[in-house]
Amino acid sequence: MSGQNQTPEKGKTEKNRTEKLMKRNTAYKKRQNLYQKIAFSLMRLAVVVTMAVLIIIIGDIILKGYPAISIGFLTQMPTNQMTEGGILPAIVGTIQLVILSLLVAVPLGIITAVYLAEYAADGKVKRIIEQAVNNLAGTPSVVFGLFGMALFVMYLGLPLSLLTASLTMGLLIMPVIIRTAQEALIAVPKEYREASAALGVTKWETIRRVILPSAFSGMITGIIISTGRAAGETAPILFTGAVFFYPRLPDSVFSPFMALSYHLFVMATESINIELTREIQYGTALVLLAIVFSMNLIAVGIRRHYKKKSFSSH
Amino acid sequence: MSKRSIRDFKEKSMKSLFFIGGITTILVLLLIFVFLFAEALNFFKTYSLIEFFTGTQWMPGASPERFGILPLLAGSVIVTAGAIIIAVPIGILSAIYIAELAGPRTAGILKPAVELLAGIPSVVLGFFGLVILVPHIQSIFNLTTGQTALTGSIILAIMALPTIISVSEDAISSVPSALKQGSFALGSNHWQTIYKVIVPASISGISAAIILGIGRAIGETMAVMMVTGNMAIIPGSDLFLSSVRTITATIALEMGEVARGTEHYFALFAIGAVLFVMTIGVNLIAEAIKRKHRLEA
Amino acid sequence: MNATKSENAFSFADTLNGENEFDSDEDDFESENEIEFENEIEFENETEFENENSGEPAPSFSTGKVKKKIIEVKDLDLWYGNNHALKNISIGIPKNKVFAFIGPSGCGKSTFLRTMNRMNDMISNCRIEGEIYIDNENIYAKETDVNDLRKRVGMVFQKANPFPMSIYDNVAYGPRIHGVSKKKIPGIVEESLKGAALWKEVKDRLKDSAFSLSGGQQQRLCIARTLAVKPEIILFDEPCSALDPISTRKIEELITKLKKEYTIIIVTHNMQQAARISDYTAFFLSGELVETGKTVHIFENPQDERTEGYITGRFG
Repeated sequence: MSGQNQTPEKGKTEKNRTEKLMKRNTAYKKRQNLYQKIAFSLMRLAVVVTMAVLIIIIGDIILKGYPAISIGFLTQMPTNQMTEGGILPAIVGTIQLVILSLLVAVPLGIITAVYLAEYAADGKVKRIIEQAVNNLAGTPSVVFGLFGMALFVMYLGLPLSLLTASLTMGLLIMPVIIRTAQEALIAVPKEYREASAALGVTKWETIRRVILPSAFSGMITGIIISTGRAAGETAPILFTGAVFFYPRLPDSVFSPFMALSYHLFVMATESINIELTREIQYGTALVLLAIVFSMNLIAVGIRRHYKKKSFSSH
Repeated sequence: MSKRSIRDFKEKSMKSLFFIGGITTILVLLLIFVFLFAEALNFFKTYSLIEFFTGTQWMPGASPERFGILPLLAGSVIVTAGAIIIAVPIGILSAIYIAELAGPRTAGILKPAVELLAGIPSVVLGFFGLVILVPHIQSIFNLTTGQTALTGSIILAIMALPTIISVSEDAISSVPSALKQGSFALGSNHWQTIYKVIVPASISGISAAIILGIGRAIGETMAVMMVTGNMAIIPGSDLFLSSVRTITATIALEMGEVARGTEHYFALFAIGAVLFVMTIGVNLIAEAIKRKHRLEA
Repeated sequence: MNATKSENAFSFADTLNGENEFDSDEDDFESENEIEFENEIEFENETEFENENSGEPAPSFSTGKVKKKIIEVKDLDLWYGNNHALKNISIGIPKNKVFAFIGPSGCGKSTFLRTMNRMNDMISNCRIEGEIYIDNENIYAKETDVNDLRKRVGMVFQKANPFPMSIYDNVAYGPRIHGVSKKKIPGIVEESLKGAALWKEVKDRLKDSAFSLSGGQQQRLCIARTLAVKPEIILFDEPCSALDPISTRKIEELITKLKKEYTIIIVTHNMQQAARISDYTAFFLSGELVETGKTVHIFENPQDERTEGYITGRFG
């Protein structure tokens, strides 16, 4: 590059030097382009590895789990010491667990998010709460399990049940709901708040009539993602109410329950005949994966729909 | 006036309600802290603190029972370290690819795919590891069992990958394009621009991503428990190829069986407290780095 | 008298507007001037502007013989943290007139506008001293209800900010929350949309999203939304700065029409706009009220050299 500006009228030595420089320059460039080629290939390789892992895992579960899936598998109780039959109680238990945990986490999470986004002034209190949310989000799920057992079962004396597991799971998914709801609220334009205030509308009425409806789809996305999380987590329910086998469907929040995640874990590690029930294990894994992924897909769909809508409207 | 006072009262009560709601998060964190440490303190009433932290044996069944945390700590550290060694290069290279090289359509496929990977429940990953990965590791390295620290590291790496990719991708994408253009204008090629300008500019975001990945790996329970063999011994020279047991796996395995109120029961809370402190520490470091990043920007 | 005045106005319009403004400007000015002339006699009786000219900010309480002032501002100071943003402002705003605040950006004109419906309450580090009386009531007194105040003093913003709801719901929003009975709401919506000169354009698609309207229509929707809560005073904060000339013209016509029923205060950085639509003008500079008076006087015969400098385009 630097050499191109030189004019031929300059002296011969100058010309030589320029040529040398250009040569060195092109050599340098060649080398740099080689490095670039290597680096970019490594990046492509990394992405390929990541995607391959994803495809292999999902593919394996789908291919080997699919043969196990039948209407009977989804609607029957396990029989013959769990080596045959369906996984109905685990499906029902997981759904109940998810709904109850949402009942705990959604109100608390949204109230906290509204406080953080609308009421709290920038300052110590807000910073401490946000710090607490972050730390809760980073706390290992097994620690939630320990805590749930210590507080709900040992201290409050509740029976090991859907209730204790849902309370524990609810606290676990709360930070996800808080964060996504807070983001959704912050994304609501400041102008709406001003316009509403200028009409003589109070803060709470503004939140209720304008801000919450505007943030709704964002909050729903967070709730759905946390639904998937609640369905998939195992450690928090290990010692707060999930059981290996319960011959009935849970009839109240105080009864123990089976869950897909725990069922898969036990069947794969501790059941009577691990090899024999491989198909049931794969079937269970597939059902669990399907529940979690369909939740994620719904969330992505809502987000896309919302984005499109907001683009076309402005 | 009365209409106004009713309205004012409503406003005030809503404000208090939201404030109380906001406080619950702090309360929950405090409660976790209190309950873990109260039970852990019970343990140290009967068991020496020094022996707990320096003991090389975890033998709840033996007499006398031994509760040395070192083998479990070693297990957690080895498995996590292995996971990070695997996940960091793959994660960061993937993140750079998504942020810098991929077109909008490719990125539009890759990003949800990464989210999908993050969505796989840990128990499903553990199951996959147990059924597919363990036999392969066994035959490749010619071992008596494929349930090793390496197996755990691979599975944990898969779990940490999405965190590392998405957080560093955010950091890389947020580098101002003016910086990039400045580098291009000086005649640098794309790769030079990436490693001389873009990566340094987003280095704190990338570090935060790695640390969050570490946090995720250290706290993971189910997947690790299913593939590491759970032998509570400090690994020797075969390091990654020996069977290990992490803190998380110990809690998950033993809490179900243990009699409440025994020394063993309290010991599990003690290692739980250690784990809690470790993850809080990791989180605080990640926070500090992120804040620094924000200040720089 | 009439003849000389309109001549002056024409020359003024020509110099300021250049060639890029609307063709019908001159007609507008003519009609404006007729009204202006009628008011002239009243003006002669007022003493405040003489005070103004001598540099003393006039404490201008209604004296009975002066036409009623709906807003009286006394010694108003405002700080954002340590930044003294408004300095000792005193001014009276007459009823059913269009009052324009002009000045370079950052001069405090918008801030001052926002003190009148206490929108500045929403900024945490904002501190105020002094008094603003609306209908002889100090709006910064402890017993004042901010929400009632804002119902009486409506506001239209720089950028049209309709809610993400239907056209109908946007207008009905205020009355609904303020507890107007359900039966009355359709009437109020129609009336307000008519008041904002939007009814004909939207009457067949009231259920459509407000975002389906054009920028100028959105701004008129925001005006309709403000009218629906039946204010006495409407504050316009640079309402046309984001609009094209045709939409701007519609809003200006609307404002001229609205002053029959409402008192209008408009902040604008567009001097031609102030000259076209306002009866009175106040010029602000770095937080100070430099000069105020009838628009014609401010533009034709400014007393302060800073006003003159701004109007003739020497700075700003």
